[in-house]
Amino acid sequence: MSDTTQNGPVLAADGTPLKRSLAKALRMQKMRALMLIAPLLLFILVTFILPVGDMLFRSVDNRIVQNVLPNTVIALESWDPASTEIPGEAVFAALAVDMKAAAEIKVHTKVAKRLNYENPGLASIFRKSGRKIRKWDVENEGPYKERLIELNDGWADIELWRTIKTYSGRRTMGYFLNAVDMKLGAEGVTVRPENERIYNTMLIRTMRMSLIITFSCILLGYPVAWLLANLPTRTANMLMILVLLPFWTSLLVRTSSWKILLQQQGVINDVLVWIGIVGDDNRLVLINNELGTIIAMTHILLPFMILPMYSVMQTIQPTYLRAAKSLGATNWTAFWRVYFPQSVPGIGAGSILVFILAVGYYITPALVGGTKGTFISNLIAYHISTSGNWGLGAALGAILLAVVLLLYWVYDKIVGIDNVKLG
Amino acid sequence: MADASNTDAFVEFERVQKSYDGENLVVKDLNLIMPKGEFLTMLGPSGSGKTTCLMMLAGFETATHGDIRLGGTSINNIPPHKRGIGMVFQNYALFPHMTIAENLSFPLEVRKMGKSEREAKVKRALDMVEMGAFGGRRPSQLSGGQQQRIALARALVFEPELVLMDEPLGALDKQLREKMQFEITHLAHRLGITVVYVTHDQTEALTMSDRVAVFEDGRIQQLAPPDKLYEEPQNSFVAQFIGENNTLEGTVKEINNGVALVQLDDGELIDCKPVNVSKPGERTRVSIRPERVEYNKERLSEGAHTLKAEVLEFIYMGDIFRTRLRVAGNDEFIIKTRNAPDQVRLKPGTQIEIGWLPEDCRALDA
Repeated sequence: MSDTTQNGPVLAADGTPLKRSLAKALRMQKMRALMLIAPLLLFILVTFILPVGDMLFRSVDNRIVQNVLPNTVIALESWDPASTEIPGEAVFAALAVDMKAAAEIKVHTKVAKRLNYENPGLASIFRKSGRKIRKWDVENEGPYKERLIELNDGWADIELWRTIKTYSGRRTMGYFLNAVDMKLGAEGVTVRPENERIYNTMLIRTMRMSLIITFSCILLGYPVAWLLANLPTRTANMLMILVLLPFWTSLLVRTSSWKILLQQQGVINDVLVWIGIVGDDNRLVLINNELGTIIAMTHILLPFMILPMYSVMQTIQPTYLRAAKSLGATNWTAFWRVYFPQSVPGIGAGSILVFILAVGYYITPALVGGTKGTFISNLIAYHISTSGNWGLGAALGAILLAVVLLLYWVYDKIVGIDNVKLG
Repeated sequence: MADASNTDAFVEFERVQKSYDGENLVVKDLNLIMPKGEFLTMLGPSGSGKTTCLMMLAGFETATHGDIRLGGTSINNIPPHKRGIGMVFQNYALFPHMTIAENLSFPLEVRKMGKSEREAKVKRALDMVEMGAFGGRRPSQLSGGQQQRIALARALVFEPELVLMDEPLGALDKQLREKMQFEITHLAHRLGITVVYVTHDQTEALTMSDRVAVFEDGRIQQLAPPDKLYEEPQNSFVAQFIGENNTLEGTVKEINNGVALVQLDDGELIDCKPVNVSKPGERTRVSIRPERVEYNKERLSEGAHTLKAEVLEFIYMGDIFRTRLRVAGNDEFIIKTRNAPDQVRLKPGTQIEIGWLPEDCRALDA
């Protein structure tokens, strides 16, 4: 009672301010909660946040040029890439020093590889010259300009110097520009010629096909989810097992079976020919194109659509439909005006799940997509594991991440993220 | 006779049967005739078939056999949305994604009514249930009682002649329930609508209805106005189900001039009114309402049979006293007396004599 009559902070029974006393009591709880999630937090930090951060960093990282050719970069500062003259003796001397140092620890190939991404052909010049320069005495044996050009006339090409100059910074937008079919040259940012463009097409194709797959999943999944939510429990459980069955089979097995089913000498074509719908010489092309990817991925991602829709539909009481009908609505009006709006959160949750999974899907498009049905993830994988251009792969990945976040934001604006329910 | 009653029949069930599994009948041979403007309650324990009857009337269940008629025409093959019957559900079933006004406007929209007319009707319906200020809210922002009113307004807004209510007050607390009982009855009578009301709460049934149909085991056990139902139950089930009731078991000795002499199992003789006993030797269950039992000898009529009783427990309940007695071997014999200034408070252990008027003591089936 005295607590309320006093001015100032309310005191606990022992005279300490109530707020501090409460904070003390809650601190233990918070600590315990933190301890419980700590392992997972650490796991996510190590396996998710750090790699994603590293990827984002790699997509702009360009330290290799400065690290391997420090003197050349400094010497090039005074050279104007817009001029028609190749740089002078001082730059070549610096290059000779850098190349000898680099060749001795064999890192000249790395910078060669980096610059080769921007100007194909540079790698061989660097590699061939590096081997020779290792034996030079770079202190006394001038003039380097003539000797280097003599060694490999590629050094006399002004484009080579422009490339080095353009990519001498510690950070670059080059990878990102590459990833959207543009190019950072001495004269600034330009769009690549038509025959070199590939990434925009791939990105748009990935988005378009993911949307098609998402809509196919909605169309196929909605009736199934409705059945699941409205059948008696026993039957619904049986049906649920059928829905979950694909999860118990390996993804590779499922994708391979689609190959068997869809190929031109496959089961579906055989049946169609046998029935007589399709001529034997005119078999349908169902695989190694966009159609194949869409069919196989719709099948594989369908459970991710059905489950959230089902759990939302389960919460919609059947009396709503009855009420609508008793108020004079036909079956269709009752469904469309009363049932469907309440099931939208489930469709939203399923769509986000399926779309995000589809955008990053890799194995299935690689196996059944051919050249026309592959996704941007297949290109990312190519750059990470085959071409070794990690920076470009990272930039593509970062763009994909940005697009998904953007779509997520748009979805939040239109539908509202509060309207997403997983049950 | 049958023709005369059929002319003013509004809702008719004729020999209606319903089975879900093809083995058991949930509703067995239901016959019911309701005139226009009546408030009829279907009362019964759960599983007695009352809700099934309501659902058949609404069109959500089809009758396995028999005919259901509304205003003289059979509605067996008319889908629910064409029956034009208003319905209030147990959980209100207000559409959560619509505002209150949109909920009310829904039945008018599906009837292709113009916007201005719709708005006028919605406003009138909201005012009718004193919820005029809540049109813009969502159902989840209203309390249970308010949702109940909206559900009622929505069932009435398209002006149906028949409104069905499926335990609409089940989810409300006692005070609110009593208030709503009163309001629903008044509204129904003011609008002159016909109401079929389903409940398992007998107080609700007695206070609200013109007539009550007591359901048990798929049959109507008794169909009567509340006072008749309470005072003149036709069988043991109705006597037990409606209100508090004392039963004594015995055998009919003789029936003379509308009075049955019953020998109770401990040998005592009492006079009863024979209701569904017909001949001496039949087993019977004698039913007496607790408030009709008298222990003040001065108030008993001359020559009335009396029984010896021992007071076991005295419970003070404010307006009434509830006393538990042992009578003819029955330990659960209850008497209720009004808390009047001159009323005696019986002490446990006291031996008293109790009696009643023969017409208050009904010999029913065993």
